[in-house]
Amino acid sequence: MNTDFHLLPADAAASASRLDSFALCLLLLTGTVALVLLALMIGFSIRYRAGSNADRTHVPKQGLSVEIAWTVIPLLLFLGIYAWGAIDYVKLYQAPANAMPVFVVAKQWMWEAEHRNGRREIGQLHLPLGRPVRMVMTSQDVIHSFFVPDFRVKQDVVPGRYTSIVFTPSRTGEYRLYCAEYCGTEHAMMLGRIVVMQPAAFAQWLEAGPRQPGMAARGFELYRRYGCSGCHDPGSSVHAPDLTGLLGRRVHLADGRELTADEPYIRDSILVPAKDVVAGYAPIMPSFAGQVGEEDILAIIEYIRESAHDQRTERR
Amino acid sequence: MTSAQNDASIVDEGTAPHERREPSYLAGGYRLIDWLTTRDHKRIAVLYAISITFFFFLGGVAAALIRLELATPQGDLVSDDTYNKLFTAHGIIMVWLFLIPSIPAVLGNFLMPLMIGARDLAFPRLNLASWYLYMAGGAIVLWALLAGGVDTGWTFYTPFSSMFSNSHVVAALSGVLVLGFSSILTGLNFIVSVHTLRARGLSWFRLPLFVWANYATSLILVLATPVLAMTLVLVAIERLFQVGIFDPALGGDPLLFQHLFWFYSHPAVYIMVLPAMGVASEIIPCFARRPVFGYRFMAYAILAIAVIGFLVWGHHMFVSGQSMYAGMVFSLLSFLVAIPSAIKVFNWTATLYKGSIRFSAPMLYALGFVGLFTIGGLTGLFLASLALDVHLSDTYFVVAHFHYIMVGGSVMAYLGGIHFWWPKVTGRMYSDTWGKIAALVIFAGFNLTFFPQYLLGYAGMPRRYHSYPGEFQLLHVLSSAGAVILAVGYLMPLGYLAWSLRYGARATPNPWRATGLEWQTDSPPPEHNFAIAPVVVREPYAYTPEGP
Repeated sequence: MNTDFHLLPADAAASASRLDSFALCLLLLTGTVALVLLALMIGFSIRYRAGSNADRTHVPKQGLSVEIAWTVIPLLLFLGIYAWGAIDYVKLYQAPANAMPVFVVAKQWMWEAEHRNGRREIGQLHLPLGRPVRMVMTSQDVIHSFFVPDFRVKQDVVPGRYTSIVFTPSRTGEYRLYCAEYCGTEHAMMLGRIVVMQPAAFAQWLEAGPRQPGMAARGFELYRRYGCSGCHDPGSSVHAPDLTGLLGRRVHLADGRELTADEPYIRDSILVPAKDVVAGYAPIMPSFAGQVGEEDILAIIEYIRESAHDQRTERR
Repeated sequence: MTSAQNDASIVDEGTAPHERREPSYLAGGYRLIDWLTTRDHKRIAVLYAISITFFFFLGGVAAALIRLELATPQGDLVSDDTYNKLFTAHGIIMVWLFLIPSIPAVLGNFLMPLMIGARDLAFPRLNLASWYLYMAGGAIVLWALLAGGVDTGWTFYTPFSSMFSNSHVVAALSGVLVLGFSSILTGLNFIVSVHTLRARGLSWFRLPLFVWANYATSLILVLATPVLAMTLVLVAIERLFQVGIFDPALGGDPLLFQHLFWFYSHPAVYIMVLPAMGVASEIIPCFARRPVFGYRFMAYAILAIAVIGFLVWGHHMFVSGQSMYAGMVFSLLSFLVAIPSAIKVFNWTATLYKGSIRFSAPMLYALGFVGLFTIGGLTGLFLASLALDVHLSDTYFVVAHFHYIMVGGSVMAYLGGIHFWWPKVTGRMYSDTWGKIAALVIFAGFNLTFFPQYLLGYAGMPRRYHSYPGEFQLLHVLSSAGAVILAVGYLMPLGYLAWSLRYGARATPNPWRATGLEWQTDSPPPEHNFAIAPVVVREPYAYTPEGP
């Protein structure tokens, strides 16, 4: 890891240099404003110091046109900056279809990551170069925050919900992962190492080393064990919605709403089934709150995600 | 104060001042009990000044230890736990025991009645009660800190504070709750006083901007503080009785706390900075010998900041997991609230134009305030920009930004106000030379302390870390060195102002040739402020470059 100080962190994600140009433009703009104000204050201070013989006739007390000018011009500038920042922000949360999900559970005081094939790591995270990555994150205890300065990304990791952030590593190497939300005694020690590898090397790494069965396989096992299949399988006697290929599908709800089924939706449906009942079904599912852990829910979600691929394979 | 003084008869307007000269408010009643039972707003202001100064230096000691710890990357001076308790103590003390009450409770208490030509605030007993609440709240907080400390940070984020911290959270919450009631009472008192006790002829648009600023601040105090009180009670309930409010393990919502907390704590930033703007608006016209430029725009800007300030709390939560659309709305509103602040800076600068400027100590503090507030405000634009905030939030960039606003802004203005009204409050002059030296030392020390933190933040240094990777050390060392200079700067006024109390020259009623009502009475003012109830016949800030 590089220990020399650099004013700018490395731009190791595709969005980083875009953000740096924005920051630079804003710095030039605000710097100009600050310098002009400073020059005016110093200039007036010298010219109109007590005892100088500067012209002080026609002292203006107010000036409507000046006031309007210095209200409207900043307003327009601010709207421009706002739009620029907002557009870049929206891009940070838009996941491309080929984004590779990585699941993270944060706890006092460590980062646990799990890849889709079941390979797990603690305190470090291996990622392939050039592939959009979508972090799906939750916390087991308090609020943490996933912060990689070299990628210019940060996202709070909140207990009780999934948050996500998307980025594309654009440079191989090792980068620091920090916890940015104060989380207790060893907050400053909750560090991680992100290793960006060439895709081939990453694929090799992913297959090497000890791992559990793939997340989806584990999810299928849990799907059976918790009894989900009893109601949700196509042939079951209880009438429950089919979950095959659910992720990303639009879902119509009993109360007329409509939403896209994403990870938080499935998690809520397991823990608070009465919250979003699918149209045409009775709200008879019991809650699994307190019975199923975050890591198990993530595995079940992964099984449901994979079921779409299975279906496609079958059709072929 | 005796009952005879309390029900003194209304001043007879027909009598000439020299025939009925009353003794100063400092004369008579020297005993401690006379001070502790006073209902005179000026004495209460002095009580506040002493207690607030104590807490300022206490919070400063915590800050000094923090900077000392951060001089090396290893975190070898104090343990991680102690460090967490130190920055929590620093935050709680500085925010609730110093910044929020400083200008309103000390300068506002002393000056609001004088500036509106009143004999006292509308509710003198309530005023004393709010000082006692302040002391009680301060004592509870102090107890929590001494009994073992609190490690949640001043923001008390749940579920850490409600379910996971093993420190004295409930005691600290109770202290802050009591302090909140103190500020509500002060705010209420100011609002009623401005509405009912203005002198004859003192219309709304003849009010000094300091009064406008404290009036707007009081509206925020009265409207927002109850939300804080409620939030703190909810945290205590969850912590004590495990009722699921904020902890998802109990069925609560952790983001609910942040919404409630920032609904108070963002407007609280304006509680800290609006009165500072009021102080600058008094000092700059006086020493530039010019009416403040665009008086009405300045007053409207104060009100606009107070109103829009209520609508921007979500910009503390851009990466919290709230919806992307909420982030976009809060970002837009945050840019809007920056506009009235910009207007004020432009108007202060324009006030210097064609003036006859004297650089006495209060003026240096006021100009320092404008400069530091400008830098703090402009860097706020980086944080209001959504995509940049994703990178910068919870880093030292934020730490630098809010210290520029709160310390560079509020504390500079508070010191400027202390120097400006010192002759009025104490009846003594201080050494202007020492005042100027201190102002420059503080300005230099401040910039050296906090400017490197902007760079640290952009480079990725997270806040609230007691140890850090080695590459950040250089900037931390610069910052710590600045803190040493800053500490010296803050100790200097303590010395020369104390010296002036005994040896300073006697102050005339109006040493700065200022035009505010408070300068139309003796220094120090008599117990009932004015020998004759004043009548206002002109606009505020009737300064001319030639001088009166």
